[in-house]
Amino acid sequence: MNYDCVIIGAGVVGSSIARELSRYDLKVLVLEKASDVCEGTSKANSGIVHAGFDAKPGTKKAYFNVLGSKKMEALSQELDFPYKRNGSIVLCFNEEEIPKLEELKARGEKNGVVGITILTKDKLLEKEPNINKDAVAALFAPTGAIVCPFGLTIAMAENAAVNGVEFKFNEAVKEIRPLTSKQSDTGEVRGFEIITDTCTYTAETVVNAAGVYSDTFHNMICEDKIKITARKGEYQLFDKKVGNMVSSTVFRLPGPLGKGVLVTPTVHGNLLMGPTALDTDDKEDVSTTGKGLAEVSDKAAESIISVPGKFVITSFAGLRAHSDADDFLVGKTAEGFYEAAGIESPGLSAAPAIGEYLANMIAYDLHAVKKADFKAKRVGIKSMALSSAEEKAELIKKNPLYGNVICRCELVTEGEIVDAIKRPLGARTVDGIKRRVRAGMGRCQAGFCLPRTIEILARELEVDVNDITKRNPDSKYTYPHKDK
Amino acid sequence: MTKDIVIIGGGPAGLAAAVAARDAGAKEILVIERDEILGGILNQCIHNGFGLHTFKEELTGPEYASRFIKQVEERRDGIDTLLKTIVIDVRAEGDTKTVTCMSKEQGIFTVDCKSVILAMGCRERPRGALNIPGLRPAGVYSAGTAQRIVNIEGRLPGKNVVILGSGDIGLIMARRMTLEGAKVHAVLELMPYSGGLKRNIVQCLNDFDIPLRLSTTVIDIGGRERLEYVVTAEVDKNLKPIPGTEEKIECDTLLLSCGLLPENELTEAMGVKINPKTGGAEVDESFETSISGVFSCGNVLHVHDLVDFVSEEAKEAGKRAAAYVLNTVPARSTNEIRLVPGAGVRYTIPVSIRKERLEDLLTIRFRVTDVYKDPEICVYFDDKCIRRQKKKIVAPGEMEQVILRRQDICAEENIKEIKIQLE
Repeated sequence: MNYDCVIIGAGVVGSSIARELSRYDLKVLVLEKASDVCEGTSKANSGIVHAGFDAKPGTKKAYFNVLGSKKMEALSQELDFPYKRNGSIVLCFNEEEIPKLEELKARGEKNGVVGITILTKDKLLEKEPNINKDAVAALFAPTGAIVCPFGLTIAMAENAAVNGVEFKFNEAVKEIRPLTSKQSDTGEVRGFEIITDTCTYTAETVVNAAGVYSDTFHNMICEDKIKITARKGEYQLFDKKVGNMVSSTVFRLPGPLGKGVLVTPTVHGNLLMGPTALDTDDKEDVSTTGKGLAEVSDKAAESIISVPGKFVITSFAGLRAHSDADDFLVGKTAEGFYEAAGIESPGLSAAPAIGEYLANMIAYDLHAVKKADFKAKRVGIKSMALSSAEEKAELIKKNPLYGNVICRCELVTEGEIVDAIKRPLGARTVDGIKRRVRAGMGRCQAGFCLPRTIEILARELEVDVNDITKRNPDSKYTYPHKDK
Repeated sequence: MTKDIVIIGGGPAGLAAAVAARDAGAKEILVIERDEILGGILNQCIHNGFGLHTFKEELTGPEYASRFIKQVEERRDGIDTLLKTIVIDVRAEGDTKTVTCMSKEQGIFTVDCKSVILAMGCRERPRGALNIPGLRPAGVYSAGTAQRIVNIEGRLPGKNVVILGSGDIGLIMARRMTLEGAKVHAVLELMPYSGGLKRNIVQCLNDFDIPLRLSTTVIDIGGRERLEYVVTAEVDKNLKPIPGTEEKIECDTLLLSCGLLPENELTEAMGVKINPKTGGAEVDESFETSISGVFSCGNVLHVHDLVDFVSEEAKEAGKRAAAYVLNTVPARSTNEIRLVPGAGVRYTIPVSIRKERLEDLLTIRFRVTDVYKDPEICVYFDDKCIRRQKKKIVAPGEMEQVILRRQDICAEENIKEIKIQLE
């Protein structure tokens, strides 16, 4: 056996499982088809840690959401990623619908969410003065929070790597085969062969954390077939100048396709609106559409006094892994085969809990023992933008590269970019830099810093500058000059 | 560190302001530049056409910059420059302004001064702000970013190019990419007129047979990793795409030249009043902002077409800042005359004047809201039209100006408002 466990997918769920498994004395490999962690569903979502009032009591969604939400704050301190408990609000625009708020409150309480209250119109407007004045009441859940989805995923993956988990990128799993008795010396049927586009591995256990592709891997192993549909959600992100439009995450009463278009501050101080919900057959289709973006604006305009259209800095779309069963599939579904499939919202919130749950199950089955030297604590990349003047001076004194600003919109320095490249599981692409230190995430959207970031990547990775990519190997930026 | 005047930005505006401030008698002037060399964006503008007004000859961008750098070098007795230094905060408390800077060499440090000249320039409007739907592959660049890659770094951002936006950088890059061996399929412009200078359309597009498609935009961007195609569409009067006019163009590069935005984050943070029309500070006849002793000039004030006018404006701002620190100018009274953009005029620079601070001639710069043929540019003192000036054509892409004499303004007793409008 090459590995005790192979995890398919380095999204937030795969990374969480990897991190939790790295507590044990096990040989673990994460296979990811993209060029970095956090490249699928995990990179394009609302960045919300849901309080847990929305999921139906008794479902896995409800269970893991509430548990994950409770773990998130401590985890953010342990692994040093941005998290803020800003509270969630659900707006009600119609006196007749107030009972639905009460229902939601009762449902939340049943799920174990604490502190939910119903706000009168006055209280609501006092708390959120930029809310549409037609709102008549709202539910308020103080445990709702926001998190940086990149920060969370990268922190867990990096900590897993520090604790010995191997990651392989740009390697797509094509097939998983249970090993037959013929292939096994003892005659016992155990383990799997994992065939990627470049290699074949064997492992005692396999974890399916493949996001929108989790049905493909499930159906290779299990008799009961499942179907995962990619449900596209489009978003618009706004300049930090309007980041204080709302302080809480603002929802509408949920409908059949999800929680609707929300308006929220991000943990970095931008304003975010979205998502739409449209099922698509193409599991790679992360394109935005004119219609979708218009829908985001129109729906958001119902929740707040006005959409600050001229402050849009970017738009993006993500794909949720929606299961026909309408719940998470989390657990052991065949001997040695573990799954976290159909992880749509509240998947980000639930990820830390799913990771712990599956890792414990796998460790138990493999009779694994805990490592004595597990390093639980991670120190993230120091952010100049978030440092005080004294801290800034200290950082530059220690490393002068912290005095060289590369991304001026977000005040990201060369020191931070070099750290992002050099640390374990470091950035290899421009998007990787962006997600680790925010270079290019500001209002000019990398117009100024892109050539400089490319240059630093090439220098630190010791590769030709024309070989630097945005993400996957086909996404190169530049060509050598014709004369060279 | 203490200085009389701190100039933020060592591009054309900052350099001209420094020279003029020195010549007007200011002694302790500091220019702070974030790049490794002075000259700002001019360093990547290797085409010619600069300096026709200022030097009466055609220079390239770096040549134009070097003329001003030389003038700064000749005035080293009063002008200091700090390179590779970024200003992260400016605060005005009473008469003292505190500028907080950061650099590799000196870490975080502050400079106290009496006057600040804001000359930070502008940035390009990115794809995200344009709301162009589609995928997000590599190969979509703002035109200025591509210009840097080609002219400074000597590499090619792509080989099959579509350019959206007919701003001057877009037009210049259409020619540059062609000269570097790329195929430029078309320059698309959302508006029914170009946002660039007429001379650039002739020299950069017509001379190279590159089509300019007006009232056309990009409605989809394709390609998962590298750009593979764009879909264009014609737009109606409300700038909405017209169904049935879609065309798919295969390309690996999309350059965006869709407007420049004055970079005023520092300005806003210090509490200077911003003109929403320009995105720059509101200034008076002295280029002084709503905070006394804080001046603004160049593209951070309003976006210019010609660097010559940047220099001219910055020179005035430098001179006025020197007068401020030397205390040779009357303080601002409450008797201000407002300048008001009338029909067909988008904004004016300045937005207010005071008679006692006027020089012999007052230049009012403005942009029009649309293309107008045979208009009359009219100047009103309150309700009285005092001048009508015929023009063949005016367009938003070309800055206009009127020059008024102080004696004419001062001859009017209780004038409250000067209005510029097209009739």
